[in-house]
Parts: sequence; C-alpha cells; structure tokens
Amino acid sequence: MNNLTITKAHNGLKRKEFSAVELTTFFLNKIKKQDKKIFSYITVSDELALSQAKEIDEKIAKKKDLPVLSGVPMAVKDIISVKGLKNTCASKILKDYIAPYDATCIKKLKELGAVILGKTNLDEFAMGSSTENSAFSVTKNPCDLKKVPGGSSGGSAAAVAADLCCYSLGSDTGGSIRQPASFCGVVGLKPSYGAISRYGLVAFASSLDQIGPITKTADDAQIVFNAISGRDLKDSTSVDSKIINYKLEIKNLIIGVPKEYFVKGIDPEVEKIIRQAISQAEKQGARIFEISLPHTKYALAVYYIIMPSEASANLARYDGIKYGLSKSGNKSLLDVYLESRGQGFGKEVKRRIMLGTYALSAGYYDAYYLKAQKVRTLIKQDFENAFKKVDAIFTPTSPFPAFKIGEKIADPLSMYLSDVFTVSVNLAGLPALSVPVGFTKAKLPVGLQIIGKPFEDNKILEISKIYDK
Amino acid sequence: MISKQEVQHIAKLARIKLIEQEVKKFQKELSAILDYIKTLNEVDVSKIEPTFHASEDFIDEKTLIRPDKSESQPEEVVDELIKSAPDKKARHIKVKAIFQ
Repeated sequence: MNNLTITKAHNGLKRKEFSAVELTTFFLNKIKKQDKKIFSYITVSDELALSQAKEIDEKIAKKKDLPVLSGVPMAVKDIISVKGLKNTCASKILKDYIAPYDATCIKKLKELGAVILGKTNLDEFAMGSSTENSAFSVTKNPCDLKKVPGGSSGGSAAAVAADLCCYSLGSDTGGSIRQPASFCGVVGLKPSYGAISRYGLVAFASSLDQIGPITKTADDAQIVFNAISGRDLKDSTSVDSKIINYKLEIKNLIIGVPKEYFVKGIDPEVEKIIRQAISQAEKQGARIFEISLPHTKYALAVYYIIMPSEASANLARYDGIKYGLSKSGNKSLLDVYLESRGQGFGKEVKRRIMLGTYALSAGYYDAYYLKAQKVRTLIKQDFENAFKKVDAIFTPTSPFPAFKIGEKIADPLSMYLSDVFTVSVNLAGLPALSVPVGFTKAKLPVGLQIIGKPFEDNKILEISKIYDK
Repeated sequence: MISKQEVQHIAKLARIKLIEQEVKKFQKELSAILDYIKTLNEVDVSKIEPTFHASEDFIDEKTLIRPDKSESQPEEVVDELIKSAPDKKARHIKVKAIFQ
C-alpha cells in the first residue's frame, strides 16, 4: 500500500486488493510512526477517517458505484473547515476552535466518499514561505529533515511527499501551494481565481486566495481539481470553469519563457534543471518563444501592499468575543481586543496586520493601496499580451531549492523574496502549477511552474503530464 | 525610519497591544518593507484603472448576488456557534460594558 496515487488506490479498492478500512488504518499507523520527525499533521482524525472508510466498504460490499475518490485517504490544510474538527490556522488565537460547518470543497469531497485523515500544518494564517511561522511546530522537508518544506502549505506538501496521505488540499495566496510542492517534489495546482469556492477557507487576502490540490502526479491533481471546482452560491467570486476536456497536441503547443524569470539571484543548478525541462517539451514538438513580462520586477512590491491590506481587514474578526482566545483582564472592551490580539497573534501575522493597517490608514490609501491595484493592472496586461502569442508560460517555481530551517526567518524581506516567481500569478488571477522536473546534486527537488490563461486549468494540467514519470 | 509614535498609532488602529521591544522591532522592519515598496514610484499609472478582482470578466452578473433573504439555521447550528464564544450566558454572547 506504499506510494499509492489516487488511481492506484482506487483500483486496489475496486479489485478488493485491500479494503478502505485497511487502507485508512495503514495510513493512520504510518502517521503515528513517522510523523513525529516530520510534523506534517496538527490534528489526526482517526475516528472520522475510520467511520468514512467503513461506509465505503459497505458500499463496495453492496456493489455500488465507486467514484474515483471514494475511500482514498487525504489530508486538509488546517485553514479549511471540516465540520467537528479543529481549524487552528496554526495560530494560538484559534488553538481550540472547532469548525461548525464544512467548506464547500470538503462537502463535495465527502459526497464523493473521501476519507479525511487529518489537518496539516501551515504558517500561521497561511502567512509565510517555510511553515516556520506555525504556532505549534516546524514541519520538516521529507527529502532532507534539516530543510524547510516551503510554505505556507508545508504540512500538506510534506504529508504527500512522505506518503502520509494519497493527496492533500492546500491554499495559495502568493505561492503557498506551488512553492512547497516544488520544495517537496510533488505536484501543486493554484487554480484560476474563482475556479474553486473559497467558502469555508479562513480568509487571508480575499482577492488572491485559492484552494487547490497537492498530489503525487499531474493526473491526480486533475482528478481532485475537477471534483471540487465550480460555481458555488456561497462564494460570489466563484465561476463555472469553461474548459473541462482538453486534448493536448504537444506539437501544436507554443510555450513562452519570460526572460525576467532568469535573472541574477536564481540558483544556477535550478536554472539548468528548468532549461532541461523546457528542452524536453521542445524535443516532443512544442515551440519555445522567449517573451517579456516587463512589470515582473514590481510584482512583489504590489503583493506586499495588497496582501497585508486585505489581511488586516479580514483578521479584524478575531476580537476575543465571538470565538477563539480571549484575554480580558478586568478592564474595558478595548482591552479585550488589544490583549487577545496582542497575545494571540504571532510575529509574522502582527507584522502583516501592521503593514496593512498602515497602507490603509487615513492619507495613505491613494499612495499605497490604489497605486498597487493600478500596477496590478499592468502586471495582468503583461500576461494578456503574452498569451496572444503563447499557450502557456514556463518558469522556475522558486529561484532556489528548499533552504535550511532558520536560514531566513530572522529577515522578513529575504523570506518574502522566495515568492518572487509565484505572486504575479495570484495578482493576475491565473491558473498555475508546479510539477517536479529534477533534483539538485544535494538531492533537493526542483519544480517547473506552468502558467495558463484564465480558466485553462485543465490545459496546464494536461501539459504537465509530460513530466509524470 | 517611521517613528515610535507612528508604530504605536498603527498598533492602536489595528487593536494589537505591543510590548516595548516589538515597537522597536516594527520601526525597523516596517521601514525596510516600505522602502522596498517605494520601487513602485517609478511606474506611471496616470492612465491606468485599478484591478480589484482579477476574474471579473468571467463573472455572470445575473447570478452574482444571491437573493436578499435570510436563511434560518437549525437550532443545533445556532447552539454550535454560541458554544464557540469564550464568554456567554444562556444563549447570549457576553461582552464588556461599553458605557461606564
């Protein structure tokens, strides 16, 4: 039962090579034995998982139809609500908070018979690029335990890479699915903005956040994406994806490679591996064009205005009154707010709330937030212009492979730079994925980022299958 | 560098109590980030409209907003929500007095 993809697990269940309860028990035991050294899970939901698995076995016994995700054990980033389980967001302020309802994507997965093994670790409120900002513990990279797994969906990526689940869900605001997928050597998809309902995802930066799958193969990512995407009345920004079936003809494919993504600062080994992956597509018949996305160098600055601004508004809800940590002392209502938030939030969360509050405060709105939203338009137009000539854009997911635990945590700006290749995509609302295409000499995985036109999620998934082993 | 008073003012707006050490740290860190953001001054945006929603063109405006009807929830959902509150009395959530 080791290293099962979704399809292999499904076939095993169908052919009765193992039961859903056996498969679930296998994963639960493996988590108990191996997750102490990785810390990919915050909560393991044995009871829920086993009861879900039992139901599936009863269905199999009655020879009912078995959807491909039925009985397949998976994990959920601890920022997506699963009814009855803790949803901590890796924050002290939500340490004991229990989700009273299911996120829309979870509701859909439950209807298809998914088995939920537990909730995975993250940077507090998904703010970070290394999972070191978790209030509970640092997740280790299964490829090298001294390295970070990336972030913020580091627990979700590490759980898939360490084979502690068949697949997982993450969320991506500026690279939080793709960068950890790249660091851990797995596939991660950030869908088009609006492709998957955000209902039940704890809000961070609402115009950038998307839920997406982290999987062992591109094929698996497509299965999960198609299962959970679509319009949802509970998220007014959700959209029905237009392109469902896309038949890839690699010889008709035109790939753009932006020169702004191959500049100084990129690790030479990473560049070499990415260039090799691009020529692999060329050898199969694709045409490669060098393109320019001239506003790329402003993307990170735009992101570090819009993201904290939206976060500062969204995180105003943690007031110590409706739910979560409450520190009151014996003083006024204002003290409840100040104390609960002062003690409940970690460093990075405070830093971003402060930055966003500053950018939105009286007199600064035009100079920061509005200006950033205008430069965002230019970044989006860069992509629109490029996509007149090309079908997809190939770049490195990250300028470097997984870095050492502790290496960047003391210097926020250097940590922020690890998102330099991923944030533009969120600003422009585009679909993008990271697919593993090689290893450095130190045996650290390197991911290729494939960016598509809006709502062509299935197209980039098809393209990425040429790298499925 | 932004001043100590400015940091304290923002912290008050953000409703976060900071200890003295944090104030000093934020003076340095916020200034560094704001310096980095200054690169945007190079960009001419005088004729550019802002993008608030990247997938706006794909939204069907007819179905964008749900009917303005309240949906009553089952009692157990309400109980569940009240249970989450740190301070409550019967089915009410308690807050500190706001008038002295």
